[in-house]
Amino acid sequence: MSSGTKVRPRAGADPVAPAARETRVRGQLAARWHRDRVLLVLAVPGVIVLVLFHYLPLLGNVIAFQDYQPFLGISGSDFVGLSNFSVIFDGDPEFLNALVNTLVITMVQVLFVFPLPIALALVLNSMLNERAKRLTQSILYLPHFLSWVIVVALFQQMFGNGGMLNEWLRSANLGTFQIVGVPELFKLLITSQVIWKDTGWSTIIFLAALSKVDLNLYEAAAIDRAGPLRQLWHVTLPAIRPVIVLLLILRLGDSLTVGFEQILLQQGPVGAQASEVLDTYVYNNGIIGGNWGVSAAVGLVKGVVGVVLVLGANRLAHAMGERGVYSK
Amino acid sequence: MTGLLETTAERRARRNRRPASDDRPAWMGRQPHWATAARGGLLTVACLAVIVPFVAVVMTSLAPQRDISARGGLVLFTSDPSLAAYRAVLSGGVVTRALSVSVVVTAVGTVLSLACTIMLAYALSRPGSLLHKPILLMTLFTLLFNPGMIPMYLIVKQLGLIDNLAALILPVVVNAFNVIVMRSFFLELPGELTESAKIDGAGELRILTSVVLPLSKAVVAVVGLFYAVAYWNAFFSALLYLPSPEKWPLQLVLRTFVVNQTPLGTDELSAATESLPPQASIQMAILVMSVIPILIIYPFIQKHFSKGLLIGAVKG
Repeated sequence: MSSGTKVRPRAGADPVAPAARETRVRGQLAARWHRDRVLLVLAVPGVIVLVLFHYLPLLGNVIAFQDYQPFLGISGSDFVGLSNFSVIFDGDPEFLNALVNTLVITMVQVLFVFPLPIALALVLNSMLNERAKRLTQSILYLPHFLSWVIVVALFQQMFGNGGMLNEWLRSANLGTFQIVGVPELFKLLITSQVIWKDTGWSTIIFLAALSKVDLNLYEAAAIDRAGPLRQLWHVTLPAIRPVIVLLLILRLGDSLTVGFEQILLQQGPVGAQASEVLDTYVYNNGIIGGNWGVSAAVGLVKGVVGVVLVLGANRLAHAMGERGVYSK
Repeated sequence: MTGLLETTAERRARRNRRPASDDRPAWMGRQPHWATAARGGLLTVACLAVIVPFVAVVMTSLAPQRDISARGGLVLFTSDPSLAAYRAVLSGGVVTRALSVSVVVTAVGTVLSLACTIMLAYALSRPGSLLHKPILLMTLFTLLFNPGMIPMYLIVKQLGLIDNLAALILPVVVNAFNVIVMRSFFLELPGELTESAKIDGAGELRILTSVVLPLSKAVVAVVGLFYAVAYWNAFFSALLYLPSPEKWPLQLVLRTFVVNQTPLGTDELSAATESLPPQASIQMAILVMSVIPILIIYPFIQKHFSKGLLIGAVKG
């Protein structure tokens, strides 16, 4: 930067007396304020929004410890200690149902949805015709930008009782295939919707990683008579492993969050037993049902567990020698 | 395993004797035909899975009752297309109103979001500046911890934003992920440029508008697309914060009349419509209108994805 002042006063490395250092730091502070004041002013609107809509609600979580009544407000409601948390720790059946559904859906999606973009990226990466590759990518990225309302509507129109598939099956006298609105198949339905919507888009980060692989490695492997499978195993996959680990960590951190809007839109016909997840539980129980305190408690625990999961998964990644989300 | 590898190697050796017709290096060899065919087939099926629903929806929105009845539901082709369904939903009534709400929220929201995001990202693009670290950490922390739906609702209510369209914009006006993507892009720009602008006497604002932004069109386009799509697609925030149906954006109307299959009558459309077009056409027309803005912007922004997004995300 243009000004010659030292940017960081290093504690300990400075043999100046404390009082003298204080004045110097203050002088530096004034200089830095003078230099950076425009930057700080630029940051103000964003910071205000973050404080208002991230940090203030964070404090609003205090109602998890209250018997919150909307007409009394946060300041007027009584504190009830941890009693709102009893649904979690005493295992309220509705809560447990939501928790189990959430974890099952997460497991299914980590097993069956997570690897698909990697496979698709490998296929796309092996395409040599640049124009065909770019066209395919454009088409496959598109569903990511559609809202869940649109995706759910499209699936209904294609696979619902009166949808295209079933009308065709009927006209061919093949019976019908019911998947929309059937509780037993609900998890299959939402999983296939996630696959349709996001597999293409999720390849983008793997493709970026693949494009950075040093081609000399393939050449060396080919000279050593490594076939395509061995090249895949010994060159390609190790090269994209950090990205895979990173995304897996982020996915695990989101274990308790599964497609809220997507599920909320389709809960009606299948019922809570099959479809309630933690986020819809918070909504249905809190905003709709009026159990504000209990729902806030569930939301709070969910948020804290999410942080613990990300940090834990990240530590695990470090232990395995990976970089993870942030380095040590 | 070895058998497989040997045959592949042999096949490749045989193929390599043919003159190379493209620019791939000699060591890469040729893929066997079945692999090329399998890959082509797989990708074709994947692309069709994306395209066919759109074709069906667009065709149905244009089809007359006769075709729809004949096919039972969606039609893939109509010989007699008409815009009656679009005329019906756009001539006033619920859908027209929802469309204008969505357009206004998206336009205002995207402009506000881009302004705040560019300013915050630029402020955070000078490591070592005053309060750089606290503000950066504060931004990053919002990615890690989500305050939760209930407190969020209470804050929005406390601020008097319930039943106000601003509730669809203000809570999401700054997205930390987008700030980080943009900041990483700014950090990648060569420092010599800002340095020389400074020597020429330009202040921070001048550097931002005359040096940094003109070089950052790719990331501004991509982040702008992300914001615009998020505003256009917002469904739950409207459900949560807007109790009165006359303020609903298009996505909520789409849910009511297409996902929940509430029939649209003359009350919901303009009263002037004498003979209603088929219900299926109307529903699909609403669906098409909720997709079209995305289809229009997408091709223009899509080419920036790799440049704008990846420099930000992968290197960040």
